[in-house]
Amino acid sequence: MGAQLRIYRRRMRSVKATKKITKAMELISASRIVKAQQRVTASTPYSLELTRAVSAIATYSSTNHPLTTPSEKPIRAAILIITADRGMAGAYSNNAIKEGEQLAGLLRERGLETVSYLVGRKAVNYYRFRNRPVAASWTGFSDNPTYENAKEIADSLMNAFIADAQSDVNGVDEIHIVFTEFQSMMTQNAVARRMLPLEVVENSEPIPAGLLPMYEFEPNAGVVLNALLPRYIEARVFNAMLQSAASEHAARRKAMKSATDNADELIKSLTRLANAARQAEITQEISEIVGGADALASASAGSE
Amino acid sequence: MSFAVELVSPSQRVWSGQAEMVSARTIDGDLGILTGHTQLFGVLVDGTVTIKGTDGSTTDFNISGGFLSVANNRVSILTESVN
Repeated sequence: MGAQLRIYRRRMRSVKATKKITKAMELISASRIVKAQQRVTASTPYSLELTRAVSAIATYSSTNHPLTTPSEKPIRAAILIITADRGMAGAYSNNAIKEGEQLAGLLRERGLETVSYLVGRKAVNYYRFRNRPVAASWTGFSDNPTYENAKEIADSLMNAFIADAQSDVNGVDEIHIVFTEFQSMMTQNAVARRMLPLEVVENSEPIPAGLLPMYEFEPNAGVVLNALLPRYIEARVFNAMLQSAASEHAARRKAMKSATDNADELIKSLTRLANAARQAEITQEISEIVGGADALASASAGSE
Repeated sequence: MSFAVELVSPSQRVWSGQAEMVSARTIDGDLGILTGHTQLFGVLVDGTVTIKGTDGSTTDFNISGGFLSVANNRVSILTESVN
């Protein structure tokens, strides 16, 4: 076997091995999207009820709660960026990080300092490589987040928000969240939303039709709001994390599908090249044999 | 006479269906809800929520804090975790 042919065969073997891996990852992600989507759906009733309640209170009561009233002179804003722990998902994490950079730029234009809170190893590595300060980071659960994870994150954000930004360097006046919205299997968008102070009317989750109920509050609106808002933030963070997880799987499936397709292409063109090389070798051998026979024939003819 | 009840936690819908009575413990004390209750939003403390279904069954849930909302003959109980 010729050297050329051997090299082609070796490359084909390696591409085939890679294809097997990407194909497997594609199938795994495809099955996990469905599960992740179900988790998003399962968490919807809870967050919908909370949103309705918060909207009702904000609409019908005149309670002045620090969590609903914007600071007059904001100094600092927290940005929570949700990314993946692992790569192999195309531009998924990069898109979220880029969206976060854009948001930070906008906030700086308004004269605010930004504080970063990160979820996912990809964002952590990005910030560490650039030596940027990070207020807090969480890793290890990006593809399968639990409510406890969301609670932990929401708690630390709430603490920063409750701390007075004027006197405390850890305090923030606004909290923004950057995550990847799961629209469909094919489309996922990185989006930035303000969580606090409340923007009760959300575009993505329209409040169910009909008037908001005129609740009577037990014991009173202030106490209810105090208890409700932390849960509301937790539910928002949890929902964002679940959507991001579904998006991560969808992005990975798409990236792995195109990797598999590319491997197929590569194998096809390598097969063609290997066939040509083999044919060239055979042709050369034949012409060598014919040439050799000719030479022998003419040599023996000359001796007679 | 019955009304719709939903008991939901962040990760799932725990119970949903028609019920005759719901009782729960709020910060102010025990609360029983029958059909036609006024619109109410209450804060629940750790304790037991009892749902008496229309089929005569009674189900108890141990919840760790939460909220109860009553509006238009529909009761939703939100809780962080159910045992």
